[in-house]
Amino acid sequence: MIYTEFSFPNDMYIYWSLMIVTYPFITGLIAGAFVASALFHVFGRVDLAPINRLALLTSLAFMLCATLPLLNHLGHPERAFNIMITPNFRSAIAGFGFIYTFYLTVLLLEVWLSYRPDIVRAYHSSSGFKKRFWNALALGTHNIGEEALRLDAKVIYVLSVIGLPAACTLHGYVGFLFGSLKSNPWWSTPLMPQVFLLSAVISGMAMLILIYLFLCWSGRAEWSFACLKSMAFFLWLFLVMYIVSEGLEILFFFYESSDAWYVISTLIFDKLWHTFVVLQVGIGVTIPFVLLSYMLVTELKERTFIAFTVISSAVILFEVWMMRWNIVIGGQQFSKSYVGFRDFHPEWLEKEGILPAMLLTLLPLMILMVLLKLFSVRDEAEETKG
Amino acid sequence: MRDEAQNRRKFLKACAAAGAAGLWVMLIPRPGAAQRVHHIDPTLQTPDWMDHYYVYVIDLSRCIGCGNCVRACKRENKVSEKFFRTWVERYQVTDEDHVYVESPNGGHDGFTGNVAHGKVTRAFFVPKMCNHCRNTPCTQVCPVHASYQSPEGVILVDKKRCIGCAYCVQACPYGSRFIDPRTHTADKCTWCYHRITRGLLPACVTVCPTNTRRFGDLKDEDDDIRDLIHGARASVLKPDLNTEPFCFYLGFDRAIR
Repeated sequence: MIYTEFSFPNDMYIYWSLMIVTYPFITGLIAGAFVASALFHVFGRVDLAPINRLALLTSLAFMLCATLPLLNHLGHPERAFNIMITPNFRSAIAGFGFIYTFYLTVLLLEVWLSYRPDIVRAYHSSSGFKKRFWNALALGTHNIGEEALRLDAKVIYVLSVIGLPAACTLHGYVGFLFGSLKSNPWWSTPLMPQVFLLSAVISGMAMLILIYLFLCWSGRAEWSFACLKSMAFFLWLFLVMYIVSEGLEILFFFYESSDAWYVISTLIFDKLWHTFVVLQVGIGVTIPFVLLSYMLVTELKERTFIAFTVISSAVILFEVWMMRWNIVIGGQQFSKSYVGFRDFHPEWLEKEGILPAMLLTLLPLMILMVLLKLFSVRDEAEETKG
Repeated sequence: MRDEAQNRRKFLKACAAAGAAGLWVMLIPRPGAAQRVHHIDPTLQTPDWMDHYYVYVIDLSRCIGCGNCVRACKRENKVSEKFFRTWVERYQVTDEDHVYVESPNGGHDGFTGNVAHGKVTRAFFVPKMCNHCRNTPCTQVCPVHASYQSPEGVILVDKKRCIGCAYCVQACPYGSRFIDPRTHTADKCTWCYHRITRGLLPACVTVCPTNTRRFGDLKDEDDDIRDLIHGARASVLKPDLNTEPFCFYLGFDRAIR
């Protein structure tokens, strides 16, 4: 049967707009940065040591802002805490509060333990208000003797081991929020959590690379070409896994050719042609894949390697943002009649508009700048040992 | 070193005490909480909740697309201007299997003219609303229990509890839910719960001039809707999604979305 375009009368609005695009983008960066840190702690990739502490601070900065887009989206943010007080455990969203709180606790503990020696040293070398501030951060305990630090290191390892699945759960679960909705053929696929998780890892790593290079350039981080090479290698590895997952997802839709394919093909070849095919796949996936693959098979000069890595990382961040857009917005550009479509043009100044989305994406970076003023990304203890 | 250990112990004890106090504040019922539960207006309660299980039947061969039901629903429930708790669609199918569907203003003002091109072989109207599914995806996804199923099988929204996340709107496969721009909470058909719990029929059923819309109680042995459901070949919307709707259609057509 061939249908003329028809939307159900209530299917007029895109309820999940830029805030819901921003939210998985931010949580993805958290998960990705934590994975980079875990590669060092859990998998013993010592070449990643220079970015380990930066990864933790970046994770924390973004973690502190992860709920803001959601709160701004809610019709009644003042009732948001009900998700934790009276949760419906059958709801995928209800788990968010608990998963978020658990991961935040693990992350805070890991950051605190990692920076405890720095905090105690700052406490001893300061006076007045600053001394009280550092004392508060030290939680009143100033023991940084060898035995205490050895215990800290053990706990950090355990926290990393717990934190890695927690970070993966946090973001895989965001994919589950979408993938578990059988009402929406563009979202309803078991591959959704994997696609979200892998895209999270590449976005977090890409951002970490950019921040790390910026800090090295400004002389605030220890430069290590081996570290950058290692990061670029892992970026390529996770990018390949991500491309395969996303590609398989579309291939499944096409090959099954179920009722849903009419909606999905219209999205891909019409409504999302520019944002999905041209920007996300044509530019966002192709350029970093080609550049990173080329970097792996050829010996490049350091400067060229850095330039290629910067381009790849920046384009990957753009790609992941576009992916969030195409999933979230694309999934609402058709009616539940599956034969009606609509367009979406965000406004700049509305509550969930472009400006608030930009501010909420930049806010974690500002928090990171403050954290970097307080804490060094250089691990002095490790350097002394080295 | 011993001092440090003692400090740490003191600190951990303080943390434990603070945590226990927090738990006590959260978990122990405050004075008066129990009494408050009993202050619900008794006239709002139906003492025979468990004695009913409601069901809705739509006979498509009878609908004339007059829009009476849509207008009555809007008036009765003060539905937001741009949205619909119930609406009517018109289907026109040609001899080449081209399907023309429309629902101008939700069918509120009836239907005029012919939108189909080619020879129309069959045309019919399809009233729609919340399907009050037994295995409902909307109550499943609601994170705070604001969307719930009443003991009589009616899916309702507690507007004082709804956080306005719109997850239920996304989860409903029938386009029956929307966010009311006046309250920023989810809204939908309630089968006129305020009427049916007083023994009245939903407004849309009351005003239907052709008896297209039927409402009944599966637990009432004298209600002939039981025979209709069990005897007639009733169908539901999107049966493949396994939502188990309690809104049944007689005279269903394969073109219906």
